[in-house]
Amino acid sequence: MSERTLDGTSPPTPIIDGAWRVVRALAPFIFLGAAWQVASLFFPAFLFPSLVAVFWRCLDILEQWSQFVDVLYTVGRILAGLAGAFIIGAVLALMMARSKLVDGFLSPILTFFQGIPALSWVVFAIIWFHGVEFRIFFIMVLTTLPAFTFQIVSALRAMSKDLVEMVMSFRPSRVQMFRTLILPSILPEILTAWKVNLGNASRVVVVAELVGATGGVGYQLLQQQQIFDMAGALAWTLQLVFFVLIVQYILTLIENFAFRYRAISERSL
Amino acid sequence: MTMTDTAPPARPEIRFEHVSKTFGRVGATDLFRAVDDLNLEIGSGELVAILGKTGCGKSTMFNMIAGLLEPSAGKVEVSGHDPFAQFNWFRGKIAIVFQNDRLLPWRTAIENVAFGLEMLDVPKAERMASAQAWLTKLGLGGHENDYPHALSGGMRQRVSIARAFATNANILLCDEPFSALDEMTGNRLREEFARLVRENGKTAVFITHSINEALQIGDRIVVLRRPAKIAYDTRLGRDADHGAKEDIRARIQAVLAE
Ligand SMILES: Nc1ncnc2c1ncn2[C@@H]1O[C@H](COP(=O)(O)OP(=O)(O)O)[C@@H](O)[C@H]1O
Ligand SMILES: [Mg+2]
Repeated sequence: MSERTLDGTSPPTPIIDGAWRVVRALAPFIFLGAAWQVASLFFPAFLFPSLVAVFWRCLDILEQWSQFVDVLYTVGRILAGLAGAFIIGAVLALMMARSKLVDGFLSPILTFFQGIPALSWVVFAIIWFHGVEFRIFFIMVLTTLPAFTFQIVSALRAMSKDLVEMVMSFRPSRVQMFRTLILPSILPEILTAWKVNLGNASRVVVVAELVGATGGVGYQLLQQQQIFDMAGALAWTLQLVFFVLIVQYILTLIENFAFRYRAISERSL
Repeated sequence: MTMTDTAPPARPEIRFEHVSKTFGRVGATDLFRAVDDLNLEIGSGELVAILGKTGCGKSTMFNMIAGLLEPSAGKVEVSGHDPFAQFNWFRGKIAIVFQNDRLLPWRTAIENVAFGLEMLDVPKAERMASAQAWLTKLGLGGHENDYPHALSGGMRQRVSIARAFATNANILLCDEPFSALDEMTGNRLREEFARLVRENGKTAVFITHSINEALQIGDRIVVLRRPAKIAYDTRLGRDADHGAKEDIRARIQAVLAE
């Protein structure tokens, strides 16, 4: 039993090891919470409410269906927008990777879009469209599309030419080529792209909900601002943060399963 | 000088007719000639070692047989068809062993061996059984479910040989498949490979830059000069004795030294 862990120390017993991992995972949040709690001792509650109050507000939101529905609305909008951007982005990326002409045409447009602030899309969406949900979907797609597309293009370009030739030598159909080589090759980058864009989308969505949504986290945040309720504002914000953390965790589980074929070095970088 | 000890084969499986291949190169105005007016016929069932110094155009010639490159001039014919223009006609008819193993890292050994059969739409049970048989033949029983990263270089190359044989293609193309292996592993694999080719009646083109390897493997040795053109072409009897082989070695060395 002289195996070494990544930091070069000898491994402790599993229980202590597990507890240590939990502590390490929670430490940053404990620190943030403690800092806030200390601030709440020195500032009035409407600036820095106690975390206890925030905790009860969070529970409130989770317990009351009428409020929790707002969280689900926002989650649905994030996922719909990301799914839309991903599908469109994947199609654009395949075309760009296949043809220099298409790439030279689309790249500048996407880069141009990347420079447009989310708030500008909100204004455009309000002027151009009627339906609230469609406006939000439009904003979500356009703000996440460029990153998705560029990430998939670079994954396609980075595919091993050796493996492409190997697979080509078996004369596969296009579908076979895609299923057996392209998809598994770019999957790591796709999952990373989802993780990155998820964070972006959760920040954009509350802005997008300013287009006149009568529900959702963005709408609720606006309400809290009007009644100057800091505990409420924080509780609603945390709902989104929790959602992002949960989905990131699920994506990590998928990664661990999908990339179990990878060699793991016993030395860290 | 071109020396030929051999009569042309009865039914050529692979034929080069005045084939040249030129490449445009970045920063140069003239074309670079990798293959120059090459004429070659390889008969069905022959195991031919193509020998030449590095950079003499062996891989270029190889890729033209494989249909991955198009000749700039002349005609390449494999089984009576054009490997580049009729690329898909060769589905299941040509199998390749590359210099590096080129295994799919997300597939286990057995799934890698079954890959070619999967491309041919062979049902799963059937292709796994066949893959299993080939893995066992190549001494990899017990490693079916290992991922490539967990196999040694020699084992990975065995998997890629099993993958090529499993498709049951009649033509086998190998581009220096053992040159990255240590000498002992290489020697053992060379012998097994030559035995499998003969047992299964394949037509095989085996590229190498090593005289020893060519002598060990080939029924016939074709020596190329740079740019690729035949400098020497000879058949060894299957039971060629040591003296005869040394004779051929000396002649090859003389040709290569030119
Ligand atoms: N795609 C290419 N573009 C330009 N030059 C090439 C290309 N492929 C091969 N060559 C050149 O052709 C010559 C023969 O290459 P190659 O067939 O790979 O040689 P070998 O396999 O015999 O070592 C080399 O000088 C190489 O630089
Ligand atoms: Mg080569």
